[in-house]
Amino acid sequence: MSTFNAIAPRPAPQSNSGPVAWCRANLFHDWKTSAGTLLIGLILVWLLPRFFQWAITNAVWYGNYDTCHAASGACWAVVREKFRFILFGRYPHAEHWRALLCTAMLLGLILASCTRAFWRPWLVALWVGVLVLYLALMRGGFAGLRFVETDLWSGLPLTILLASLSMVMAFPIAVCIALGRRSGMPAIRSLCTVYVELIRGVPLISVLFMASFMFPLLMPQGFNIDVLIRVLAGITLFAAAYMAEVIRGGLQAIPKGQIEAAATLGLSYWQTQRMIVLPQALAMVVPGIMNNFISTFKDTSLVAIVSLYELTGAMGMAMNAEADWRPFRIEGYLFIALIYFVFCYSMSLYSQWIEAQVNKSKQR
Amino acid sequence: MTEPIITFDKVNKWYGNNFHVLRDIDLQVGAGERIVVCGPSGSGKSTLIRCINRLEEHQQGRLVVDGVEITDDLKAIDDVRKKVGMVFQQFNLFPHLTVLENLTLSPMWVGRMPKKEAEEKAMEQLRRVRIAEQALKYPLQLSGGQQQRVAIARALCLTPKIMLFDEPTSALDPEMIKEVLDVMIEMAEQGITMVCVTHEMGFAKAVADRVIFMDEGQIVEQNTPEAFFNNPQSERSRDFLSKILGH
Repeated sequence: MSTFNAIAPRPAPQSNSGPVAWCRANLFHDWKTSAGTLLIGLILVWLLPRFFQWAITNAVWYGNYDTCHAASGACWAVVREKFRFILFGRYPHAEHWRALLCTAMLLGLILASCTRAFWRPWLVALWVGVLVLYLALMRGGFAGLRFVETDLWSGLPLTILLASLSMVMAFPIAVCIALGRRSGMPAIRSLCTVYVELIRGVPLISVLFMASFMFPLLMPQGFNIDVLIRVLAGITLFAAAYMAEVIRGGLQAIPKGQIEAAATLGLSYWQTQRMIVLPQALAMVVPGIMNNFISTFKDTSLVAIVSLYELTGAMGMAMNAEADWRPFRIEGYLFIALIYFVFCYSMSLYSQWIEAQVNKSKQR
Repeated sequence: MTEPIITFDKVNKWYGNNFHVLRDIDLQVGAGERIVVCGPSGSGKSTLIRCINRLEEHQQGRLVVDGVEITDDLKAIDDVRKKVGMVFQQFNLFPHLTVLENLTLSPMWVGRMPKKEAEEKAMEQLRRVRIAEQALKYPLQLSGGQQQRVAIARALCLTPKIMLFDEPTSALDPEMIKEVLDVMIEMAEQGITMVCVTHEMGFAKAVADRVIFMDEGQIVEQNTPEAFFNNPQSERSRDFLSKILGH
């Protein structure tokens, strides 16, 4: 019988880590990647200084439209001149502090809701409280505060309000629809399927159009629901249909054995869904859900079609107001692009954090 | 035999219209009896035990478990499931919960037991299957054998009268089969009713009171392990035994 001789582990012959190894593996792996690296490098060398010149060195930071016309660079003065209109739109100028305060409050609530310490039952009550306060302060009409109609609410506060409320409401609806589409009861199943297919079959813009213009025609005379609520309902129902399909994908990936094990342990249908199926299914589709959230955030810009002016709409209005500033709308759009990016990228980072959290149980 | 705790009376089941998976099953299992069910794949043995806790429904005949007839009545099914624990081939632990949470889930939410008490009880069961030190890990951090022992402990947390095992060692590496069988043998010695689908003939010889051999949805032969292994009565069981013991 031969004896077993264990071979001692030894280091790899060529270093696999460090910046040099990284460059070799990723930038200059063979002649094709090397050529690509060089080409992209050349383009950057050509492009970056020009952009830098336009955006920084030759840019006009202070001044009016005459100095801007004279300069060869970007006209950031337009943002300085118009930023309050871009951010707050048609909301009365003297009352901007109210919109600012409300939005800060809502953002604070959203940030708090994103942290583990706040995942408690009373968070729901906190949301209700903050929203009541938000609506009261934004509307005014009491204690000497000027009354501001909802169709004057605009700019970034409107974007954040529409996006956050529609996400918060669409999520539970989407979960119910996704469960409904897998229900054993044919009536519920077909109802949910019809809902998803109907909503997915039309563009958001037509949903908003119907919510805004068709709905009042169908209602009895004198009965009216605020346009903001109608639009919010439209976006919510739309987002929910898409999200439901993402969640259904997660539900389908749960092995049947999980549900059988829950059944043998005596758990009811709802207990099984809540404690076994949904936690696993939702963890699997975090990237997809965040995708929905981000596109919902940007889709709010479509409410301009029904004369509500959120960030993009307010920006367009600000630029069209004075002919002299109109040539510099590109700078204005870059400004709001930056705002959109900051929000969307934050959501993306948050989703990465969530993914890391839910994957803890999978680490060996 | 003592008073039967499980009674199959002419039970029939079909998958779809044409696949007759259980055919006129007549079987009585006494309280505290340990039964091993074996047979070729597709013979209906898993389906048979899955009818006992209604993971599969039978279409004809009577099936009575601990005095409760199994029908469409959800209340009756709930009753039976509280008395019947089950261990699966694929363990079916909940991967997003720790080992301890897997065990306390049902006592807390179905049995309305306070958390502390449920955890104490769970730790006791984990000690019983010799895995208490892994209580705070997640299932996927354990080996297959450890996971299956956790699954056994989870089923025991319901203090069941009956334990069903559906090929509990078939998904395990050979080196891990013994640790699971050892735990099952210990359980068998404590007098719980066991119905076990397995091909581990060593286990059958060691603990079974009765071996049931199934083929084509029927019970072909049932006998004590000695009689079944040494002197099988039917051609079919002789053929089966020569295949699984022949190497």
